[in-house]
Amino acid sequence: MNVPATTLPTPDTSGEAEQEVSRVDAPAPAEERAPGGLALQWSTVRVLLARDVVRFFRQPSRIVGALAQPILFWFVIGAGFAGSFRVEGAQGLDYQRFSFPGVVTMVVLFSAIFATISVIEDRREGFLQSVLAGPGSRLSVVLGKALGSSAIALLQASLFLFFAPLAGVKAATLDVPLLLTVMVLSALGLTGMGIALAWWVRSTAGYHAVMSIVLLPMWVLSGAMFPLKGAGPLLAWVMRLNPMRFSVEGVRRALYGAEASLAVGTASSGAGLEVPVLLVFATAFLGLAALSITRRE
Amino acid sequence: MTHSAVPLLQLDGLTRRFKARVALEGLNLSVGAGEIVGLLGPNGAGKSTTFQLLAGLLSPDAGRVLFEGRPLSLHDPALRRRMGIIFQRGSLDDLMSARENLRLGARLYGLTGARAHERVERMLRLIGLQDRGDERVSTWSGGMRRRLELARALVHQPRIVLMDEPTQGLDEASFRSFWSHLRALRDAEGLTVLLTTHRADEAEMCDRLAVLDSGRLVATDTPAALAARVGGDILTLEAREPESLAAELRQRLGLEARVVEGRVQVEVEQGHALVPRLVEAFPAGRLASVSLRRPTLADVFLQLTGRVLGADQPTAEPARRSRRR
Repeated sequence: MNVPATTLPTPDTSGEAEQEVSRVDAPAPAEERAPGGLALQWSTVRVLLARDVVRFFRQPSRIVGALAQPILFWFVIGAGFAGSFRVEGAQGLDYQRFSFPGVVTMVVLFSAIFATISVIEDRREGFLQSVLAGPGSRLSVVLGKALGSSAIALLQASLFLFFAPLAGVKAATLDVPLLLTVMVLSALGLTGMGIALAWWVRSTAGYHAVMSIVLLPMWVLSGAMFPLKGAGPLLAWVMRLNPMRFSVEGVRRALYGAEASLAVGTASSGAGLEVPVLLVFATAFLGLAALSITRRE
Repeated sequence: MTHSAVPLLQLDGLTRRFKARVALEGLNLSVGAGEIVGLLGPNGAGKSTTFQLLAGLLSPDAGRVLFEGRPLSLHDPALRRRMGIIFQRGSLDDLMSARENLRLGARLYGLTGARAHERVERMLRLIGLQDRGDERVSTWSGGMRRRLELARALVHQPRIVLMDEPTQGLDEASFRSFWSHLRALRDAEGLTVLLTTHRADEAEMCDRLAVLDSGRLVATDTPAALAARVGGDILTLEAREPESLAAELRQRLGLEARVVEGRVQVEVEQGHALVPRLVEAFPAGRLASVSLRRPTLADVFLQLTGRVLGADQPTAEPARRSRRR
């Protein structure tokens, strides 16, 4: 208790604070000025989205990883499989070209995984507690996080898409609106799924286990690494029911047109099913995530 | 501070169980506008449960909360917006500057634009860190971070701020600084404060204390009035066999001696007169040391509950017996 007075930092009482004392009797309650309802929820969504983007740019290792990982993956795996890869009835489809849409989807998946790990960290640090104790709804919190993850995924994927000409993507077949829609919906769904899982496992170690038994197999069995055509009947059924199949398929159709998808046998009959399926996927898992994050610790 | 007829916050029979364990049993407490009220008790007394209930992170099993006389659900956004909350675990983003952290806090409560800017700058000024607002908080000391937590909790101009062990782990100088800023903020913002603590020195800083033990409220009063419940002085004796010494003090001198954390403690009216008598009564090295001091809130707590304030488990068993004599 005996601290020399000189070491005590004194609060700012000069002028300003003295002036403010008179306000005590008539405080202007913030609640009367602050927006309510939707404006408030939107503010929560926006600030969480912006935070994730800002954090991404302030971690140089993440930026480098985000750029290098898909490129490395695409070239290395592509080089490895190039010799043995052949799809019946699709002459001239090399592995670099086949795997390009899958790598774009992988970018989205990893971005969602990062977002989810950050949820576990925020929960441990207390940041998330402070958000949940605020007036924002759980859905707003989940949406903010999921949109943040989508923004990073889009950014990362756009950079990777500079390599598209090397993968034989022609301007004539490129469908940008479809590409964006598929990527955003996939990112939202995967982040929602990640958050719901993260809330359940609680620790980063546990999450790594979930990642390797749920999320990565989902990607492997999406038609990203090998085509559905030629897979055994049981595996083919698992692949058909995998929501990520629709991401890969959607990206493939957006990049190469419907024929390319038909050639590798992943296309849904008539195509165009990707967007509605992904819409349901995203809505369901965002909802599940919002229900999962209870306010209690 | 003048209190209006209707308390700002009123807890009415707040109860919470965790399976069979009752963490909080019918807590009644009212907090007047402008008051600094402390919930005092050791770990497990129900402080954190009360805090989590009020922060909207738990739901009560029974009881209700009235804000300005109106019953409100603890999850009601209108109530959430009137509260600022400081958790034990920090809520700051290390990759962001102080200013950015405050702006983030403002937006979470729907404040944007010029209004947010004005509040952020005012908060930085009031915690005396306006010149360092653009520094990343990861480089800051524990004391500065704590002050920034305070600013973040107040940036949306709440009526009441809840703090869970706000100065835990802070050194003495940071502790003093935090409190001097808190008081300045209370005056400048017309703020009401409800905090949990198990520090006796922090409890002294409050206007009023609610003493909790095993989920029950055992006393509410000002620190001075509570301290007055322990009359006289506290005499602490160190000896090799504290239990036998205490027994002897009770028998031979009729003193209310008890063993607290390995030392014998005696409450007496005229402490200075007893010291020479004791030294004569126990010669030849039976006493290792004798010390005399004024009672603190830790002693008050011990007397009210028979438990040591800083401890997790009840350790002062003999105290209960001696109190009932």
